[in-house]
Amino acid sequence: MNITEYFSMLFTDYTLGVITLGTAVLGAVCGMLGSFAVLRRQSLLGDAISHAALPGIALAFLLTGTKQTHFLLLGALISGLLGTFWIKSIVKKTRLKNDTALGLILSLFFGFGMLLLTFIQKLPNANQAGLDKYLFGQAATLMVQDVYVMIGVTGVSLFFLLLFWKELKLLLFDPDYTLTLGFNTRFLDILITSFIVLAIVLGLQTVGVVLMSAMLLAPAAAARQWTNRLSVMIFLAAIFGAFSGVLGTAISASQNNLSTGPVIVLVAAVFVLLSFVFAPQRGLLARRIRFYRNRKELNLRKTLSVMYHIAQNHKDISHPHAIKILNNFHGYTRKTLNKLEEKNWVEIRGNQWSLTAKGYQEAENFYKPNEAIQDI
Amino acid sequence: MSTAQIEIQLIAALAAMACAIPGVFLVLRKMAMISDAISHSILPGLVVGFFITQDLNSPWLILLAAVTGVLTVVLVEFIQKTRLVKEDTAIGLVFPALFSVGVILIAQNANDVHLDIDAVLLGELAFAPFDRLLVGNLDLGPKSLWVIGSILLLSLSLLILFFKELKMSTFDKGLATSLGFSPLLIHYGLMSVSSVTIVGAFDAVGAVLVVALIIAPAATAYLLTNSLKKMLVLSLLFGVFSALVGYWLAHWLDASIAGSMTSVLGVLFLLVFLFAPKQGVISAIFKEKQQRKEVSLLVFLLHLQNHEDPRERHVNHLQEHINWHRIQAKTVVDLAQKNNLIEIENQVINLSEKGLQFTEEALKYITTNKPTAIEDLKNKFFLFRG
Repeated sequence: MNITEYFSMLFTDYTLGVITLGTAVLGAVCGMLGSFAVLRRQSLLGDAISHAALPGIALAFLLTGTKQTHFLLLGALISGLLGTFWIKSIVKKTRLKNDTALGLILSLFFGFGMLLLTFIQKLPNANQAGLDKYLFGQAATLMVQDVYVMIGVTGVSLFFLLLFWKELKLLLFDPDYTLTLGFNTRFLDILITSFIVLAIVLGLQTVGVVLMSAMLLAPAAAARQWTNRLSVMIFLAAIFGAFSGVLGTAISASQNNLSTGPVIVLVAAVFVLLSFVFAPQRGLLARRIRFYRNRKELNLRKTLSVMYHIAQNHKDISHPHAIKILNNFHGYTRKTLNKLEEKNWVEIRGNQWSLTAKGYQEAENFYKPNEAIQDI
Repeated sequence: MSTAQIEIQLIAALAAMACAIPGVFLVLRKMAMISDAISHSILPGLVVGFFITQDLNSPWLILLAAVTGVLTVVLVEFIQKTRLVKEDTAIGLVFPALFSVGVILIAQNANDVHLDIDAVLLGELAFAPFDRLLVGNLDLGPKSLWVIGSILLLSLSLLILFFKELKMSTFDKGLATSLGFSPLLIHYGLMSVSSVTIVGAFDAVGAVLVVALIIAPAATAYLLTNSLKKMLVLSLLFGVFSALVGYWLAHWLDASIAGSMTSVLGVLFLLVFLFAPKQGVISAIFKEKQQRKEVSLLVFLLHLQNHEDPRERHVNHLQEHINWHRIQAKTVVDLAQKNNLIEIENQVINLSEKGLQFTEEALKYITTNKPTAIEDLKNKFFLFRG
């Protein structure tokens, strides 16, 4: 099956439809909540939480003996929250810094989870196979109930987002001010962190523990480049997330031996790369272009100012001078001279140039602010 | 114990030690998460290296993967420099992408590569003794023992050679620069050593757990000491301890060795986090209580100094005046009496000579607000030593 076939089957095949809808919703909710993680400099928290969720899955299986997704994800949620609050208390109570706390909880919880998983694998219980799909995710195992849960969570988080929109926005950009205005920043903090944990836990089944953090970050980081408005950023991030979910699933379903998680992450990474390069204002390309444009403009003005100084020494400002006396150091090239002529700042006759009244005026204007300072 | 068991424990212990050394500096330099990034992003380097060398223990493969690790650091720093995203986001974007490339490469070439995803995450410590280093017909022991042993030797000798430079650039970058050391060189040196160590230990313990071996011993040691040397020694000890105990735990549970080593480290950290003498949570609670008591005592003594009238200094009056409960008031009075700061005559409290002296100095301290003076004061008047 290739990708075009996949998309043509999308509307006829029920399972494919469910899976695609699931990854799209997942991508959207991750992008939405990931925007908060990125803007609050908690990008790596997602990484820690998703790893910390693993022992929860294993313990939930050990305790209940079922492989029902909802039970396992409940375990993941509890252990993810536990990890998050432990990270916060490490940073608050000891001298260890944020990065150390994240790395600690991430690796220790994950190690414990792997211990449990390998322990489970050795148990004489035929039911246990398939827990390791949570490591890299398998979109193919998504059921329609899972998608309903995802849509439900998306709806609830969207509701709270809109309800506390003003407060959350304020918290993002100026937490101290939020506190002084009397908002309960602790409540807001817990609210947004819990939703991030929830989104991560939902994604475990599809993208897996190891790569879930990228799912959270990449769409938001890509969206950030296109806008300076929070609402637009969240909207864009949701769209990027949904697209990478759908495209990633399509690619991984159309090839053998491709886990969904890595492919979705790579598609999202391509979105990030494109945004980094091509975003209209912050993008690297736009920045380069602006740089060259500024440099050209500067050269033009440099040449004009040299001409102005020469013209100042003559009674007649339009006295012609040889082009030869201009050099590169003055910012002179054939092009700049033509540009100056285009703007009607100079006149060129043969090998001679002369400043026009308009050009003289323009050059004089460069020096006005300086003169003003000297007056003071 | 069979030879294989001893060899496994030896490899685990050496790997833990090799990880602990760069770990100390990464934790102190607040770059712990970089180790997570490196450990994930060396995967494509390992896979490509494996295509070329066909040997997981070849030095070339280790070198190639280590270069990938350093490249990750460079890439992260490049993204940071563009200032398009914040520092942590740059880390979070780079390594999952590279790791995904590695996973896909492995999955696509599953028949050619004897690396599977489980091995990537967990390592293959249990199988390490089967891959022997043979010179002619002479059996020199497991290959990974030699690999991790030489990496440990390398980082130990670099540590001893450049201890002063490392210490200086870790704690005071500005001073290091002004004295003519190059922090940049040390930074990339440390990154290279970390990469090599992670690649070497990766084979034994896998991608994520190598992060545990790097961060956990150093973080645990950091809660126990203020001296760099002691921190290094402690984290080496914690590493070895986790390797040995972890091995037997895994043996008993019949589960992953790397996973159980990490779990041992986790328990160790939890214990230190709770009970560490100065940095632990419980001692923090105790310290908070102590400080509260100190403040009460100070308030109480200053109150006495301020009020001449005996009625104001009556034992029962204090309760309502400073708004303390009976029990709290009693503990504070007892404490003051124990320290000979007050004298009680007919239920009326007077400041003793020592108390007067103390309040005067305390007032001086409060008005001039010198930061360390209060500790001297406490020592001078033997507070809390009654």
